[in-house]
Amino acid sequence: MAFPGLLNYWLIIGLMMIGFYIVIAHGNLIKKIVGLNVFQVSVFLLYITMGKVEGGTAPILAEGITAYSNPLPHVLILTAIVVGVATTSLGLALVVRIRNAYGSIEEDELDVQDDRP
Amino acid sequence: MIAQHMPIIQIILPLMAAPVCLIIRHPHVVWIWAVAISLLCLPISVSLLMQVMDTGTIVYELGGWAAPWGIEYRIDTLNAFVLVIVSAIGAVVMPYARRSVEKEIPVSRIYIFYSMMLLCQTGLMGIAITGDAFNLFVFLEISSLSSYVLISFGTDRRALTAAYRYLIMGTIGATFYIIGVGFMYSATGSLNIHDLSTLIPEMAGSRTVQAALAFLTVGLGLKVALFPLHMWLPNAYTYAPSAVTVFLAATATKVAVYALIRVTYTIFGTVDFLDIVPARDLLMGMALIAMFVGSAVAIYQVNIKRMLAYSSVAQIGYMILGLSFDTVNGVAAGIIHLFNHAMMKGGLFMVLGAVMYRIGSVHLHDMAGLGKKMPLTMAAFVGGGLSLIGVPLTVGFVSKWYLIQAALEKGWWPVAALIVVSSLMAVIYVWRVVEVIYMKPAGQAAENATEAPMSLLIPTWVLIGAAVYFGIDATTTVDVAVAAAEALLGGAR
Repeated sequence: MAFPGLLNYWLIIGLMMIGFYIVIAHGNLIKKIVGLNVFQVSVFLLYITMGKVEGGTAPILAEGITAYSNPLPHVLILTAIVVGVATTSLGLALVVRIRNAYGSIEEDELDVQDDRP
Repeated sequence: MIAQHMPIIQIILPLMAAPVCLIIRHPHVVWIWAVAISLLCLPISVSLLMQVMDTGTIVYELGGWAAPWGIEYRIDTLNAFVLVIVSAIGAVVMPYARRSVEKEIPVSRIYIFYSMMLLCQTGLMGIAITGDAFNLFVFLEISSLSSYVLISFGTDRRALTAAYRYLIMGTIGATFYIIGVGFMYSATGSLNIHDLSTLIPEMAGSRTVQAALAFLTVGLGLKVALFPLHMWLPNAYTYAPSAVTVFLAATATKVAVYALIRVTYTIFGTVDFLDIVPARDLLMGMALIAMFVGSAVAIYQVNIKRMLAYSSVAQIGYMILGLSFDTVNGVAAGIIHLFNHAMMKGGLFMVLGAVMYRIGSVHLHDMAGLGKKMPLTMAAFVGGGLSLIGVPLTVGFVSKWYLIQAALEKGWWPVAALIVVSSLMAVIYVWRVVEVIYMKPAGQAAENATEAPMSLLIPTWVLIGAAVYFGIDATTTVDVAVAAAEALLGGAR
């Protein structure tokens, strides 16, 4: 296998795990959303990588070109990006309201406040 | 002419109606609009179910593009049935919502509430109707995003953290799902569920496809709230506004169970997993634990909404247990319970909505003596509670009867015994509440309570009445569920 080989996939898995770890390990609500974004973006890259055809160009019809990359994953990911943006903005909006209601965005402090009614 | 386009109208109608709410803005008019739309959705889905029962699977190609390139809506008995469940619950919840929402949500935000309800219904029906794995993800996110907003409408500030946690967990679940879809796509080059069901089994030996199954199961397991992935559910159901809890408890997890059925039985139906991973055994193990942990935790709750939420975790266990049997009877039992649980849990949460409306609390101690103050509402609770336990002449009995039968058919009598024992645990948590509401004298909170208004009472009794009706005359639901289960398993064995 030539140099890049499955390198893309390894990088994507690395990115995926970093994002997932941030979501689980961090108590700060904003950082959790950042982690979630990293996690989602790694999946976008997974789709893009899988759509690439070796030697293929952008899928625009032109003379003299026979190999095209698969455009379908790109289209799917456009949709997924929109969903990701919506999720992020909704998550951040919730963080703003949590901050107004609790005065904090640290998970453990929220738990302390909820236990003491 | 129009009848031919029924499948798309089913989705387009609530989808288009949602933004209209934002233009109308007037709380009362928006409510009428939402009720009208939800009442229109019901006959459409019922007619689709009847059409499917008569003539077989309906295939609708979006924009005339043939599958597997275009997106198709593919309606067989199973998803027509799920569509009926969602639209029926929607049609009952919307009329119920008015009084309950007036009390729990500021007037200035009511129009957003109805807009989100319609979007949530769109998403859930979309998951049920679509025949495309990626399209399913989009609908999954439509329903999820709107349900996060709906939960955050709760009066308690803990509704916000509950919504946030659900958002994190739900997004991880949905992302796992697209990872799974991506793996399937890279292995087969198709996103069409029907197409995948023929392509995937040929490649069952490939690691990619096996990883896809793992991601799909875990991702949807999060949405189903299958133990141990249920952590988001209790808080979300407890702090959401009453009408939202009714709607989500009766539909959201059910539709996710449906999606799981599609993945495990339609796409991976003919694959013999015992050689690779005991996926169905794992599901069974988790389902059994869910039944016991859910019920056991429910027994100790003083917030009755939270008690019913944990009971939902247990009931989801029954559905997944049915699926894990891998027999027609087992899968049919799971599908019957999907419908039955939607009715009884919807009805029970509606009772709590009425209690919330009258006394502003759903704590066990505050509900003391309500049996005399709100006799009709509390009678509905008893009806729903009996169904939850599985007493004969209620729907709960029908599901458990089929479930136990399916277990015995396989010769798994310990499983059958476990089903009975976990039902006895339901007796405990239902009895705790019944005892307090009927035998304790009215406390401070309940002293001035009066019967719930008709607009809350009628929808409650529609669901509880249906739970009794389909318990006595179960032939319709059983026929549909068995037909659906046979269709799922038929091709393979």
